Amino acid sequence: MVDAATSRLEGLRGGAIDPGTATVVLFLLGAAIFLLIGCLQSKNFAQLTIEGLALGSVYGSLALALVLVYRATHVINFAQGELAMLTTYIAYELMLKGLSYWTAFAATLAIAFVLGTVLQVTIIRPVQHRSVIATVIVTVGLFILIDGIVNWIWGGDFKFMKSPFGNGSFEVGGVKILHLYVGMVIVVFASVVLVWALFRFTKLGLGMRAAALRPAAASLVGVRVDSMLAIGWGLAALLGAVAGLMAEPTQIFLSPGLMQPILVYAFAAAVLGGLESPAGALIGGLLIGVALTLIAGYKPHIGPITITSELQLPFSFVVLLVVLLIKPSGLFGRREVRRV
Amino acid sequence: MTALLELEDVEARYGPVHVLHGISLSVEEGSVVTVLGPNGAGKTTTLRAVSGTVRRAGRIAFAGRQLDRLGPDAVARLGVAHVPEGRGTFAELTVWENLKLGAYTRRGSIDNELERVFTYFPWLSERRRQQAGTLSGGEQQMLALARAFVQRPRLLLLDEPSLGLAPVLVAELFRIVRELNEDEGLTVLVVEQNARLALQAAHAGYVLEAGHVVLAGTSAELQANDAVRRSYLGY
Repeated sequence: MVDAATSRLEGLRGGAIDPGTATVVLFLLGAAIFLLIGCLQSKNFAQLTIEGLALGSVYGSLALALVLVYRATHVINFAQGELAMLTTYIAYELMLKGLSYWTAFAATLAIAFVLGTVLQVTIIRPVQHRSVIATVIVTVGLFILIDGIVNWIWGGDFKFMKSPFGNGSFEVGGVKILHLYVGMVIVVFASVVLVWALFRFTKLGLGMRAAALRPAAASLVGVRVDSMLAIGWGLAALLGAVAGLMAEPTQIFLSPGLMQPILVYAFAAAVLGGLESPAGALIGGLLIGVALTLIAGYKPHIGPITITSELQLPFSFVVLLVVLLIKPSGLFGRREVRRV
Repeated sequence: MTALLELEDVEARYGPVHVLHGISLSVEEGSVVTVLGPNGAGKTTTLRAVSGTVRRAGRIAFAGRQLDRLGPDAVARLGVAHVPEGRGTFAELTVWENLKLGAYTRRGSIDNELERVFTYFPWLSERRRQQAGTLSGGEQQMLALARAFVQRPRLLLLDEPSLGLAPVLVAELFRIVRELNEDEGLTVLVVEQNARLALQAAHAGYVLEAGHVVLAGTSAELQANDAVRRSYLGY
C-alpha cells in the first residue's frame, strides 16, 4: 500500500500527473469537502455521516476480506459474508455459555481464523488449480452450506445478543454520537491495522505477499505457497468475523440473513476501491456506507422517483456497474509497473 | 571431490510432452558446471527437475538427500537457489523486500549476508527502497543473483542469465558468478546460450540435444571439441 502511494507521489513530483490519478484525487477531495460542508451546515447531516462511517467501516472490513482472498487466488469468495454470519452465531453461543462479550469476541476471532484455514485446505485447495470458475462455484456452494448449517443448529428465528458498547451516547457541538458508532470504527480500524502490520512488517506477511504476487517464484525461495493461501483465508475469515460482530449491534436481532445485504455492499466497496487494493476496499466501504446512510436519511428525488432505504441494495449495484463501466480497476487499482 | 548434485536417468515431461529422456549428470562441490544445447534440448527443464518445478522421474541426489519427490519450497529449504529464466524477481516489491525473501528460509540475522551482497552489488544499497519492477533488465538480473546469494545456498541454479542483457552486463554478471564461486565456494549449475562465456566461467560442461546428454567433459575438453566449436562457439 505504502509502496503504491510513494510511487504515485514520485510520479507527481516528476511532474507526470497521470489523468486517472488526478481524477481519483479530485473525486475524493470533492467527496470530503461535500461531507465537511454538509456536517457544518446541518446536525442531521453530521449524524447521518457518522452513522454512515460506522456502517462503512463494517462494509470496508468485509470488503478487505474479499480483497485478501482475491489478491491471493483471483477468486471472489461468495461465502465470505455467510462465514462472518456463522462466526457471529459462534460468538452468540459462547456468550450464552457465560463468556463476557470481549472474551467471546477474542475467542471468536481465533475460531474464525482456524475455520478459514481449514476450509481453504479441505474445500478450496482440491479445486483451486482446476479453474477459477470451479473455485467460485465451490464458494457459492459454501454459502448455501453455511446458511443451511446455521438454520439447522440455531434456527431461523431472531436471537438477542449482548451489546458491546451499550446504548450510551455523547454530544459534540449539538451532534449526538452513539458510543456504538465510535466503538465500531475503533474496533474495525484496530483489526485492519493489525492485519496490515502483519503483512507489512513480518516475515510471514512478506511470504504471504510473495505467494500472492508470484506463487512460482515464491516457492523457489522456500515459501510454502499452499500454507500462505490457507493463512490468507484464515485472516480473511477473521476480518469477516470482526465485520459480523460489529454489524450485529446495528440490527435489532441476530438472524441468518445478517450479512447478506452487507456482502453486496462489500462487493460494491471492493470494486469501487479496486479489487487489488486493501486501502481501496476500506475507503470504498466508507464511501458506500456514507452514501447509503445519506440516501436513506434524505430520501432524495430523481424526477418522479423517491429514493428510499428500500433502494439501498439496487443503489450499490448501480455503483458496481458504473465503476466496472467507467474505471474497471477502481479508485486505487494498481497499474502494473514492469519493465522487461 | 564428491558430487554435490547427482542426476541419474532423470526424465521429465510437461503433460504428454517428454522433454528429458534419461539425463545423467553430476556437479562437484565448489565447481561451476554449464549446460549447453540448442533451444528445446531440455536445458531449462533440467534445472526445473532439480528444483522441483516440473514433474520428474529418476534419481536426483543432493548432498546425500533425495530430491526427486520434493516440491520446490522443500528443495529451496535444503539449500538450492534457483534463479529462473525471466529472473523471478518480485516486481511489485521493493529491492529490500526481494532480498529479504532470499533469506526466507533462514533464521536469525542476515545483516552479514546483506553486507556481503552490497560489496558485490554496491548500487543495491542505495536503491533498496525502489520497486524492483522499475529496475532495468540487467539490474533485475543482478537483484535475482543477489537474492539467491542471501539465500546462502550450497547450490545455485542459474537459467539463461544473459537473456536480454547487453554484452557488457553479461560479462559483468559472469565475472560476479565466478567471484562468488572462488571467494564464497558457491557451487553453480548454469544454463546459458552464450557458450563461449559459459565455458570460460565453468569448470565442466554438458551438451544436451533433444533431451539426451550427448557430450560431457571439462571446459577445456569441450572448447577443444570440434562439434562444440562448430555448433556453439562458431569457429
